[in-house]
Amino acid sequence: MTMITINGLNVWYGDGRDHVDAVKNASFEVAAGESFGLVGESGSGKSTILRAITGLAPNWSGTISIEGKQLSHGKRDREFYRRVQMVFQDPYASLHPRHTVDQVLSETLDLNGITGIDQRVSRLLDGVGLDGKFRFRYPHQLSGGQRQRVAIARALAGEANIILLDEPTSALDVSVQAEILNLLTDLREEHNLTYLMVSHDLPVIGHMCDRLAVMKDGEIVETLTVDSLRAMRAQHEYSRSLLKASIV
Amino acid sequence: MMLLDVKDLWVKFPTRQGLFEAVRGVSFSLGKERLGIVGESGSGKSMTGRAILRLIRPPGIVEADHITLEGRNLLDVTEKDMREVRGEKISMVMQDPKFSLNPVMRIGDQIMEAYLVHNSVSKSEARAKSVEMLEAVSIRDPERVMRAYPHEMSGGMGQRIMIAMMLIPNPQILIADEPTSALDVTVQRQVLDIMDKLVKERGMGLIFISHDLNLVAEFCDRVLIMYAGRIVETCDANKLHDAKHPYTQGLLNSLPRFDQPRRHLDVLKRDPSWAEVPSVKGHT
Amino acid sequence: MSDLTLRQWLLSDAPTSRRQARFANLYKGWLNFRSNTMAMFGLGILVALVLIAFCAPIVAPHDPYAQNLANRLQPIGSDGHLLGTDSLGRDILSRLIYGSRITLYIVTLVALIAPIAGLLVGTVSGYLGGWADIVLMRITDIFLAFPRLVLALAFVAALGAGIENAVLAISLTAWPPYARIARAETLTIRSSDYISAVRLQGAGALRIITKHIWPLCISSLIVRVTLDMAGIILAAAGLGFLGLGAQPPSPEWGAMISGGRRFILDHWWVATIPGLAIFTVSLAFNLLGDGLRDVLDPKGKSQ
Repeated sequence: MTMITINGLNVWYGDGRDHVDAVKNASFEVAAGESFGLVGESGSGKSTILRAITGLAPNWSGTISIEGKQLSHGKRDREFYRRVQMVFQDPYASLHPRHTVDQVLSETLDLNGITGIDQRVSRLLDGVGLDGKFRFRYPHQLSGGQRQRVAIARALAGEANIILLDEPTSALDVSVQAEILNLLTDLREEHNLTYLMVSHDLPVIGHMCDRLAVMKDGEIVETLTVDSLRAMRAQHEYSRSLLKASIV
Repeated sequence: MMLLDVKDLWVKFPTRQGLFEAVRGVSFSLGKERLGIVGESGSGKSMTGRAILRLIRPPGIVEADHITLEGRNLLDVTEKDMREVRGEKISMVMQDPKFSLNPVMRIGDQIMEAYLVHNSVSKSEARAKSVEMLEAVSIRDPERVMRAYPHEMSGGMGQRIMIAMMLIPNPQILIADEPTSALDVTVQRQVLDIMDKLVKERGMGLIFISHDLNLVAEFCDRVLIMYAGRIVETCDANKLHDAKHPYTQGLLNSLPRFDQPRRHLDVLKRDPSWAEVPSVKGHT
Repeated sequence: MSDLTLRQWLLSDAPTSRRQARFANLYKGWLNFRSNTMAMFGLGILVALVLIAFCAPIVAPHDPYAQNLANRLQPIGSDGHLLGTDSLGRDILSRLIYGSRITLYIVTLVALIAPIAGLLVGTVSGYLGGWADIVLMRITDIFLAFPRLVLALAFVAALGAGIENAVLAISLTAWPPYARIARAETLTIRSSDYISAVRLQGAGALRIITKHIWPLCISSLIVRVTLDMAGIILAAAGLGFLGLGAQPPSPEWGAMISGGRRFILDHWWVATIPGLAIFTVSLAFNLLGDGLRDVLDPKGKSQ
C-alpha cells in the first residue's frame, strides 16, 4: 500500500512579480513502512514539499494523497494531523520557550483527545529515551539532542504513522546525530512508521532511507534506491556529483 | 618558522552558578601551516579563536601566560594597537557571510574601503586592486559583483567575498571559524580550494576551526582535537583516522558512512575523566 | 524545609513537578531583578506607596478634607503640619497620602484596560492577517493620529468630568501603542517553528493566540506599561489640573497642583509638594520598567 502519493506537485510563493516556483512538477510515492529520502542543496525545494503536505505552504497545485485519500486545498483536518506529523530542523526553534516539556506533550495529547495524560507523558518520554527528570524542564534547560527527542516525542504523541523529518539532525553535533538517528531507526521498527526525510547530507539519507529522490532547483532529477546509488548506478550527472562530494 | 605561540590560555565567563570555563589551559603554536581545531559545540574551539584576537567581551575573562605574535604578547597590547593587529596581522572569517558584510553598502565599496584603510593609494587604484582580489577568489564577473549588494549574493559567493576582504591587508595568519558550515557540499569544496591556494601562495598560517572531522582531516596539515575546553589529542591531519583518543575515535565512528551501511551508528560514550586530564600541548 | 534547601529547591535544574518548575522560573527572574539596584529602588518606592495608600487612615495625621481657614497656607514644617497647609487650611501631607489612593486607582485601572485591549487587538490582527488585520490596524491608526491629551479631553468633555471618566478616557487613548507592539511581536512569533508545530497538532487560532502567543507578548507589554505609567500618571494629573479629572475636594495630585497654582510665587510648597510626589512615583515606575525589561524581554536577553 502507498502511504504518500505526490503527483505533479507545484509549490510557489508570492504573487505576480514576486512569484517564485519552489517546487516544479514533483512526483513520487512512499510505501507503507518505507523510509524515503529527499536530498538536495539549500533552495532545492525539498523542505517545501514537506510544508505543502502539512498545509504550511498554502499555494500548491497537483495532487497529494495520504493513504489513498486525496488532500484538499483547504485546511487539514484533525484526522490528517493524527496520521501525519513533522519533526523540524532546528530543535532550538521548534519548542515554545515558555513551555515545559510536560506542557508541550500534555497539550499535544489533549489536542488529540487522548486521556490518561499523566502516564502517557511518562511513557512518551521513556519511548524517546528521556529520563523522567527532564519532564518539568524548560527548553533552555535542555541540550540540542534532548530538545530534538522532545520534538520526536511530540510527533509520536498522537500515534501518527507518517512522520515527516525536516533535517532532524543538521543542527546537532555528530555524536548527538548518531543517537537521534538510532532512535529514529528503532522507533520506525517499533511503531511501524513511514518516514519522509529531507536532508542535504547524503550519508545521513543513505543511512536512514531505502529509496531517495535527488532534487535540484525545485525539480526531482532522479528517484532511485539507496542501494543502486551506492553501487554507482545513478543516471543523472547531478546525483553523481553529489555522491562524489559526500564520499570521503 | 613560528608565527603564533599560545601558552596556557583560559577563557572564563562568570555565571550565577560560578565561573564557567570555556577554554581551560590550552597551549599550541602555529607555523606556516594549516592547523585544524575540531570539537563539538561547547568544546571551546571558537572561543580559542576569538581569544587570540581578544574578541571576548567583558564579563568574559581571557587569561594566558602569553599569546605571542612576532615576539609581542598580544595580551599586553593596547586596544588601539590591537585594532591594527586584527586585519593587518591576523584576519578572521566567520561562519555566515550574511552577518559579516554591511547589508546597505555595495560590495565593491566595502572591499575598497577595506583596502584604503590599509593602503594609501588612489581610489582608482583601490578599485583595480579590489577587482583583482575578487578574481583571485575565482569570482567570474567581478565588475558585476562590485556593484551588487550582499543580499544578491549566494552563500558561497558571500564567503568568497569575505575571504577576499580578509586577505587584502596581507595578514600572516587567517583564522577561519566554520567558514563552510553554512554552505552546500558542492560549494564547500570550491571555497576550501580557494582558501587553500591563497594561503599556500602567500605563505600564511591558517587556523581552521570546524566541527567536521572529515573536512579537517582532508584539508589541514595538523589537527588539535578539543573536548570540554581542553586539547585531548593532537596529530597529523592525514593520520586523524588512526587517532588514539577514545573521544576522537568515538566522533569518527558516530558518522554515518555512505559506503558502509550499518543498522545502528556507534554512540559516543563519554568518560568524565576526559575532561579532567590536563590539556595536551599542541606544538609542532 | 530550611532556608538553604528552599533555595536549592528553587534553583534546581531538574524540577520534579509543574509547581516547582513555575516557582523556579519566577525565582530566577526575581534573582535577576534583584541584582538591578535601581530597579529595586523603584520597586521599593512603589511598595511604600501601596502600603501608604492602604494604611492611609492610620498614617495620615489629619482628615484630608478638614478645612481650617484660620490656619491656611502654613509653610513646610509648621506646627502639626509637616508639609504645610493649602489655601483652605487642609493638611497637605494628609491630602498627599489620601491622594496616593486615587493615583493607584487610576494607574491600576488603566494598566488593566489599555494593555489588555491592545493585546487582544494586536495579537488577533497579527495572527489572522488579511482583512482582520487591515480593519483593526486602521482603527488603531485613527486613535494614534490624535494627541493623547486632546483625545482624552474630548472624551471627558463628552462623558462628563470625573475620575472614572478620566480613567476611561486615558485607557481609550493608551491602547493603540500596545496593539502595535503586540502585533509586531505576533508577526515574528507566528512564523516560528513552535507555532507551526502546534498548528500541526490541529490547534485552532483561539488556542494558539491565547496559549502560545500571549505568554510571549505579555512580557514586553508589561515592560512597556511600566515605562508608560509615568505618562499615564501625568495625563491623569493633567486632566485633574484642567479640572476634568478628579473633582474637588478630592485630594488628587494633579488637582492639588492646580489648586496651588494661584499661590505659586508666595506659597510655593502648595503646588510643589504634589508635583514632587508625581515626579517620584513616575520615576519609580520608570526604574521598575527598566529592571523588568532586563528580566522579561526575551529580545534583551543576551547569552
